[in-house]
Amino acid sequence: MSEPVRFHFDVAGENFVSAGEASAAVKKLLRQLGMDPAVIRRVSIAMYEGEINMVIHANGGTADILVYADRIVIVLEDHGPGIPNVGLAMQEGYSTAAENVRALGFGAGMGLPNMKRYTDSMDIETAVGVGTKITMEVRL
Amino acid sequence: MKIGKIADLLHADVLCGEEHLENEVHSACGADMMSDVLAFVKDQAVLITGLVNPQVVRTAEMMDMRCIVFVRGKMPADDIVELARESGIVILATMERMYQACGILYENGLYHGGVAQ
Ligand SMILES: Nc1ncnc2c1ncn2[C@@H]1O[C@H](COP(=O)(O)OP(=O)(O)OP(=O)(O)O)[C@@H](O)[C@H]1O
Ligand SMILES: [Mg+2]
Repeated sequence: MSEPVRFHFDVAGENFVSAGEASAAVKKLLRQLGMDPAVIRRVSIAMYEGEINMVIHANGGTADILVYADRIVIVLEDHGPGIPNVGLAMQEGYSTAAENVRALGFGAGMGLPNMKRYTDSMDIETAVGVGTKITMEVRL
Repeated sequence: MKIGKIADLLHADVLCGEEHLENEVHSACGADMMSDVLAFVKDQAVLITGLVNPQVVRTAEMMDMRCIVFVRGKMPADDIVELARESGIVILATMERMYQACGILYENGLYHGGVAQ
């Protein structure tokens, strides 16, 4: 097994303006690596949804992207409030987002199901009061 | 349809991306919720929206969209235009409302082009 190419980003919490910077940077880096545009789009959308979630629900966190020969792994980790009921959170339309988040165009409860749809696997480790770690994989 | 024709049909100002006006686009969608754009849009190249904030540009960028039309005379701040310029996305601003803007483009042959399932 060869070593993956790694990218690490800190995602600032409560900064809606800069939200998505990490995802945009990853999109550029994957382009520079010459990856398939369809793969890049899937990775970008899944990561962007997760990044926005960390900003609006968890006061920021970190994003790590590992590019292997046969897959791309995205790890998003935060020390936010955690998700009390993952089954419920995964349902389309379930959202705890406040009205101010909706006014910004988010909070329809579509992000987590969308992340699952755009990736080949998604794992959520979360504990209330501790944080959330989401690991997604896109196979090449 | 050329992006320049969209600007003409909507009497829109071109705020950035003048160099891309000759590019062809084949489908569009109208939405104010970026959540919905991320979840339901597939290959639409044009986003028509009444929402103005940097995440509109980010969303379009993630979706590989080519052009954003801001309706109802809304003017994006410079940082939003700059973000679009960096991403090679054309920004148009029109006085038309959402329904009219979509109707005019549809009538002239710019359709929706399919929904992700
Ligand atoms: N990182 C996180 N930390 C804590 N809670 C989260 C996190 N991510 C998601 N959630 C919870 O799961 C719910 C569903 O998330 P999801 O991304 O599907 O929808 P949303 O963010 O509310 O809206 P949308 O993604 O459509 O803009 C959220 O409303 C929130 O309660
Ligand atoms: Mg979300």
